[in-house]
Amino acid sequence: MDTDESFLSPYRVLDLTDEKGYLCGKILGGLGAEVIKIEPPGGDKGRTIGPFIDDKPGPNRSLFWTAFNVGKKSVTLNLMTEEGKKIFRKLVVSADFVVESFNPGFLNERGLGYEDLSKINPGVVMTSITPYGQTGPYRDFHAADIVCWASSGYMWLCGITGRAPLRISIPQAYLHGGAEAAMGSMVAFWYRQKRGEGQHVDVSIAESAMWECLGAYASWDMNQEIFQRLGSFRAYGAYKIRFMYPCKDGYVIFLLLGGHIGARGQKALAEWMDKEGMSNEFLRNFDWETFDAATYNDEMARKLEPFFERFFMTKTKDELFQGALKMQYLLAPVNTIQDLLKNPHLAARDFWVNIDHPELNVHLTYPGAPFKSNRVSWRMNRRAPRVGEHNEEIYGKDLGFSDREIEALGRAGEI
Amino acid sequence: MEGSSVFEDLKVADFSTSVVGPSAARLLGDYGATVVKIESQTHTDALRVTAPYMGRKAGINRSGYFNNFNAGKYSLSLNMRVPKALEIAKKLVQWADVVVETFRPGVMRGWGLHYEELLKIKPDVIMISSSMSGQSGPYRDYRGFGQHGAALAGWGTTVAYPDDDAVVPFAAYTDYIGTRYVAIAIIAALEYRRRTGKGQYIDNSQVECSIDFLATGVLDYQANGRLPERLGNRDPSSAPHGAYRCQGEDRWCVIAVSTHEEWQKFCTVIGRPPWTKDPRFNTLSDRKKNEDDLDRLVERWTANHAPEEVVERMQKEGIAAAVVANSKDLAEDPQLLHRRHYDLLTHSEIGPHHYENFAFRLSKTSGSPRTAAPCLGEHNASVCTEILGVSDEEFIQLLAEGVFE
Repeated sequence: MDTDESFLSPYRVLDLTDEKGYLCGKILGGLGAEVIKIEPPGGDKGRTIGPFIDDKPGPNRSLFWTAFNVGKKSVTLNLMTEEGKKIFRKLVVSADFVVESFNPGFLNERGLGYEDLSKINPGVVMTSITPYGQTGPYRDFHAADIVCWASSGYMWLCGITGRAPLRISIPQAYLHGGAEAAMGSMVAFWYRQKRGEGQHVDVSIAESAMWECLGAYASWDMNQEIFQRLGSFRAYGAYKIRFMYPCKDGYVIFLLLGGHIGARGQKALAEWMDKEGMSNEFLRNFDWETFDAATYNDEMARKLEPFFERFFMTKTKDELFQGALKMQYLLAPVNTIQDLLKNPHLAARDFWVNIDHPELNVHLTYPGAPFKSNRVSWRMNRRAPRVGEHNEEIYGKDLGFSDREIEALGRAGEI
Repeated sequence: MEGSSVFEDLKVADFSTSVVGPSAARLLGDYGATVVKIESQTHTDALRVTAPYMGRKAGINRSGYFNNFNAGKYSLSLNMRVPKALEIAKKLVQWADVVVETFRPGVMRGWGLHYEELLKIKPDVIMISSSMSGQSGPYRDYRGFGQHGAALAGWGTTVAYPDDDAVVPFAAYTDYIGTRYVAIAIIAALEYRRRTGKGQYIDNSQVECSIDFLATGVLDYQANGRLPERLGNRDPSSAPHGAYRCQGEDRWCVIAVSTHEEWQKFCTVIGRPPWTKDPRFNTLSDRKKNEDDLDRLVERWTANHAPEEVVERMQKEGIAAAVVANSKDLAEDPQLLHRRHYDLLTHSEIGPHHYENFAFRLSKTSGSPRTAAPCLGEHNASVCTEILGVSDEEFIQLLAEGVFE
């Protein structure tokens, strides 16, 4: 492992985002870039988003903020004043990426749009993350997680037909926007590395989340068919197969499938059930080789499903999962977050990262690297910064302000 | 605009199937890379045999699901049981800068195409393996579909009506999260190679990379012992906040109101019916306490309006609202059309249909698929003779030996 050199270790990111864009900078930081979160004096509003450590609000206690700003540095800067803008322009000179999520037009109106910044630094990649993008009829729409989610088409697909479409209860849309933005930023960055020229990356959050609809759009495009909300069923031709079952201590996802993909595993599972006295002639003689999900029907469901229902209720998620690993029937435990944290596979892969929050006397375990490389480690070694924690380092050492000047800027509300 | 010039000299050997690998490889192709997809008829990409099919008629070249993730690629179909097919695969690796694969751990090794072997052919190769659980650890050989992955990664209980069992998110939720991290890893590795001259091997677990999207929940559990509740569409800091039935069949809108100011504007938009003055709905905490009643009253109003009308009136006053879009709405969405989300491309078997573009736009170098998705093995001859330098005579010989299928 070449630990000294990371993917993006020579590069710097200025992160102006609010909650819509934190993940982009977090990913670039994981790749090794130095990410400087620029907060308004007094701190980023995202620090007030709950839940909080011990349920007590406070600028360093927001778990959402801390989850997606981990590893970044923080400086405070007032972009509403001329002096503040001047300092920002100085920072841009040595930046490789600028990431922002203001309303479309906000930075342009302040002389800090891409055209302005590219004059100061032609190589800078500037990425803008907004609910619907920089231009177009919805560019000024007011949004929230659930609004982007509804516009993406994904919400329509979650839930049960006849009832309201559902969102995911841990807000997701902005994370899709942030990850898509990191991907777009990297494309623009590669071009810059070859040609020396930066550009503007315009990300739409709703459009990012739309990719989660997978084949749903194609269904309309090709056949003018609208996918229905199937809850815990999966469509096979005309019929729906149930795939969520309760078990002794929660739920499992289980797919009845025969043929070359499923027969071997199903047979092994049926034998296990037989050994435990939970089968009969019908199940014993069932031909899994010719069983075809596409010809499944109500009658077959009524005959088959109760066997599995009864058997699963006698077993825990883990017992059923260990069986699936051995016998290869198509089952997965519905893991809760608690299950994830004690998952032996994730532990064996050294997935989790422990980070100290010494000022709060708290240690937290964070989700770790999204991929492993044989040469480079994912960088995530510092808790999210306190408000303006790196003002002296960045303004003093980097921009050459004296301690007195930094203090004066602080008093004037510039930083 | 200079067209797709970002990756113009990049060569990708794409051994991947399903969503994650193919869509990441498509991104590189959209921005100029030459992508050869190596497939087979006997172990066909699962998406080639997944609906929707053009005209509802099944066929390995007819799936819109498959086509969307494989636009712009060349298809080479190899029968890997024939030794010379393996030689062709190795020639492709030698040609490629990047090798992408998503087989179960061990399959590439079985062919002698694992990283250590590839290094001998191409010392600075970038190889990425993406699988459900990664290349190591006790569950590495686990087999499952997208729904299984989402359940393993912790999503199974995050979509639920307050009064009903969990319903799980639609389809393969973790897959498209994986796409971005795989694409990001490849570009990051290209940059690393540019600076150091060294290639590398990357191991992506689709379960692991998606867990960061649950990070707030992971931390909340540790800090407060709390697991996600069945919130339906509710949100602790907003009310009204949810999906509301509108006029029409299965038509819905969402509305999100947080601040006092937004609540006042909301009341104005709906014409200030008497119930809006009820003290039970005065403050956010009042509205949270009486949210069942509130939602019923809001829906009584929305049910008499088309969702588009609700959204137009709300947005005009600065209230966050949107139509809950189904696929038809998406196809007609003026914002998506403005952003050129769709490209109409002509497929050699099923004719013209639309392909989706990624969700970012670059100001100087646009990116879109250059061609429709390939038919299985459509480019066997051109990949061999034009890219790999196989002579016409040799190609005919390979054909006779059953190298292609």
